[in-house]
Amino acid sequence: MSDLLTLSMILFTIGAVGVLVRRNALIVFMCVELMLNATNLAFVAFAREHGNLDGQLAAFLVMVVAAAEVVVGLAIIIAIHRSRGSVSVDEVRQVRG
Amino acid sequence: MMIWLLVAFPALGAALLLTSGRRSDRHGHLVATAASAASFVWGLVLFFRLLARDSGDRTVTESLFTWISTGQGPGSFHVEMSLVFDPLAALFVLLITGVGTLIHVYSIGYMEHDERRRRFFAFLNLFIAAMLVLVLAGDYLVLFLGWEGVGLASYLLIGFWQHKPSAAAAAKKAFVVNRVGDIGMALAIMLMFKEFGTTEIAAVGDSVAGTAASTITVLGLLLLLGACGKSAQVPLQGWLLDAMEGPTPVSALIHAATMVTAGVYLIVRSNAIFDASETARTAVVVVGLVTLIAGAIIGCAKDDIKKALAGSTMSQIGYMMLAAGLGPAGYAFAIFHLVTHGFFKANMFLGAGSVMHAMDDDVNMRHYGALRTALPVTFATFGLGYLAIIGFPGFSGFFSKDKIIEAALAHNVWVGLAAVAGAGITAFYMTRLVTMTFAGQKRWREEVHPHESPRVMTVPLIVLAAASVLGGLLVLSDWITDWLEPVVGHTEHHHVEILGAEWPPIAVSVLVTAVVAAGVALGWFTYGRKPIASETPERVSVLTRAARADLYGDTINEWVAVRPTVTLARGVAWFDQFGLHRAVTGFVTLIGDGAAAMRTWQNGFVRSYALGVFVGALVLTLGLLAVIWR
Amino acid sequence: MTAFGVVAPIVVIAALGLLFARKAVHAALSLAVVMIGLAVLYAANGAPFLFAVQIIVYTGAIMMLFLFVVMLVGVEAGPEAVTEPLPGQRVAAALVGLGFGAMLVVGIGQVVANGFSMPVAAVEDDNVEGLAALMFGPYVLAFQFTAALLVTAVLGAMVLAHQERLTAQPSQAERAAQRIRDFGAEGRHPGNAPTPGVYARHNAVDAPALLPDGTPLESSVPGALVRRGQVIRPPITGPGLGDGTGGGSGPRAEKGSGGGSGGGSGPRAEDDTEPRAEDGTGGGSGPRAEKGAEEESS
Repeated sequence: MSDLLTLSMILFTIGAVGVLVRRNALIVFMCVELMLNATNLAFVAFAREHGNLDGQLAAFLVMVVAAAEVVVGLAIIIAIHRSRGSVSVDEVRQVRG
Repeated sequence: MMIWLLVAFPALGAALLLTSGRRSDRHGHLVATAASAASFVWGLVLFFRLLARDSGDRTVTESLFTWISTGQGPGSFHVEMSLVFDPLAALFVLLITGVGTLIHVYSIGYMEHDERRRRFFAFLNLFIAAMLVLVLAGDYLVLFLGWEGVGLASYLLIGFWQHKPSAAAAAKKAFVVNRVGDIGMALAIMLMFKEFGTTEIAAVGDSVAGTAASTITVLGLLLLLGACGKSAQVPLQGWLLDAMEGPTPVSALIHAATMVTAGVYLIVRSNAIFDASETARTAVVVVGLVTLIAGAIIGCAKDDIKKALAGSTMSQIGYMMLAAGLGPAGYAFAIFHLVTHGFFKANMFLGAGSVMHAMDDDVNMRHYGALRTALPVTFATFGLGYLAIIGFPGFSGFFSKDKIIEAALAHNVWVGLAAVAGAGITAFYMTRLVTMTFAGQKRWREEVHPHESPRVMTVPLIVLAAASVLGGLLVLSDWITDWLEPVVGHTEHHHVEILGAEWPPIAVSVLVTAVVAAGVALGWFTYGRKPIASETPERVSVLTRAARADLYGDTINEWVAVRPTVTLARGVAWFDQFGLHRAVTGFVTLIGDGAAAMRTWQNGFVRSYALGVFVGALVLTLGLLAVIWR
Repeated sequence: MTAFGVVAPIVVIAALGLLFARKAVHAALSLAVVMIGLAVLYAANGAPFLFAVQIIVYTGAIMMLFLFVVMLVGVEAGPEAVTEPLPGQRVAAALVGLGFGAMLVVGIGQVVANGFSMPVAAVEDDNVEGLAALMFGPYVLAFQFTAALLVTAVLGAMVLAHQERLTAQPSQAERAAQRIRDFGAEGRHPGNAPTPGVYARHNAVDAPALLPDGTPLESSVPGALVRRGQVIRPPITGPGLGDGTGGGSGPRAEKGSGGGSGGGSGPRAEDDTEPRAEDGTGGGSGPRAEKGAEEESS
């Protein structure tokens, strides 16, 4: 039980650090997916622990949402790449003070 | 009784002249004079109607309309635009409209060459109307309306020759000093409303009996402050001497005969309040006495004929104040002296105006001399006024001043003796004035060719001179005290006791006359027998120097009021600039700098924002865990 | 828990690969490993349905989408600069990582302290049926919402990826005419580009064709390979690649014909970043026509 949670936590942390450190928008996006997967793992672990399927259903919904998110996110990345010729998240910084 | 007509005539005249513009330039002065005369005639009619009534039924109240009305019951406030015509008001109406009309007539000649004559007459009419509102008011608030109205008229007329900076400054000074007095007046009215729930004069008088003595005293002192401002009494005397910058008829009408006596009127009118407060009465006596002496001293040193007369006016109003402060013993005599003073002082001011008219508007008496032959009518009328003011036996001033001195002696020997001394000084400076002007050698400037004034100016002089002589008749068989009794109460007969011995009235008269004779003699030997320098001598005594500087009234004002106010204003301005402004701009700068600093956090890097999100999530979660853990 | 003991290290290492991979495609492959690992864990922890969905949806669909985009954007796009432009970002990221680690300790500690019991019921039995009962029972509203979300996402992706044509598509005849006009005006070869050589030791695409005098013709190989230095050097020495002396070899005309073919396909996007080696070398070899295509699409 706590093994699964620990793994989930490690993966989540790696994903978070990746989001903060990586500059390639695609990799950042992958890190986000990693974080989502980590939570899914936690959900499954808790579902097992509680002996019901609610956690699994939540994980399933997360997957669906992630799929939708990936579709839109990748489309955005392509649009950015098309207009700026780059996929670095540091290049896109019009929104600043 | 249609009292309102009294006010309506001059008010209408003023409105007509002020609105009709240049079209009425040619006949405006006639309209104004006619308005004033109509008011006088109507005043006479009303006076005789009042005379025909029983002495107990001589108060007529007319309410024109409800001015202010706020609800019913306790705490409500009702002000009727009411006019009261009673013996006191009747006397004032006659004095104001009578002297006013004469001065209107005189002004026709005096202002003949002034291209703004119509406006001058409009202001005169405005003044007459406002002054009538003041004396006819049946409510302190209505009285205040007239009070401010005469203040406005006074301001406009002092500064009538506004192209002269000195006139403009004098007008401003009069206005500002009067505002100080008005504060007292306004506070008094507010206090009345708070204490009595009404500001009607009669109702206030009825309410005094059941009110705390301290409240009444405060009320009396506040009214006295208002009276001081209007009547140029110490400590608010400073404006009157400067007010002589106005045209001479204005000085005669407003700053000698009528408006400046409004303070005395106020105190007499508020006799119920002053009767109930010994302290307030004493304050009035002190103010009157100080002003009496101070005005007389100032009058001794001035070379400007109008300023000398102005000092005299202050002094004479001091007499009236003194009398009014004596309580029931003096109210009637205050009014009596007020009326006679209105006659002879208006007479002398108009005479001075006539002299100035002859001397090309030169006011320096050292440039006069030997005018008795050049201006016979003026000399004769002025001389009669002179005899009246010094109290020559048989003239009006003799009776009125004697009565006051007698009452003062009966009240307090020292006060009485000071009043006697004041009479002596009065005799001295008036003798000085007359001898310097009409006697002695010619000291005229070369281009001056004195000539007698036209008839339109001399006739009012003659009428006023006659009134000055005959004004004393009012006191025959105590007519004036009986006449005023419904208003001011019974005038007590008093007994003068000095050194334990009772002095008969005739003894007092002899004493005063002797002192006056001494003053005349001193004046004559000082100024009549010796040649007078045509330039003001510089090497003079300290007292003369002080008197020339108005006894340093302006200096005191400067140090007591003006400088602290200016310093305070500067301080406030400084605080505003360096305190408030800095605080505000500092605050703004703080926010701006803070915003600029925080703006750098918005660096556009998505990863920075993500860092913020994560840190926030971390802190929240850890906090949550910490709470659960506990 | 044997599955966990085997899979967990693999998963963590693969996840770390996500942090340290220099190329996006490697990161994507690591992520695929992580996902498959997680799928195994799902299967081992009573979630067979999620195991299948993880494999099919995540690994099969989402990861392939990622790879597709990586291809689209270019394998070489977005190589990260060595220097971190945000000062302190890495330190902050490390601190955040430590923070989550601390949270891990606290959270796990709490879980342990609360004392979860062991599995109270076997959730493996009737897993799919149970999930379906839940999904169409209490969670039907959430399920419907996800459906709406998916539709919205599809529409959004279409809107984002869609491009308007700015000019009419030229017909085949117009393209042919244009080719001849270009030949007349600029001497651009109207025919096909030369094919690579047939030096069939490797994938022949990286072997340039040889001109009659033995010199390799660079325009016969894709520019990307030339730039990466992956072109096979021919054994015969000659004047060198891209000399372009031979008039007989023509430019790749089929590329030129793609000039107006519009937008979606933009391989070799790197070509327009710098001029080619054979540009302006005269002779029959002309610039590659896909430059024009890129210009039009960008």
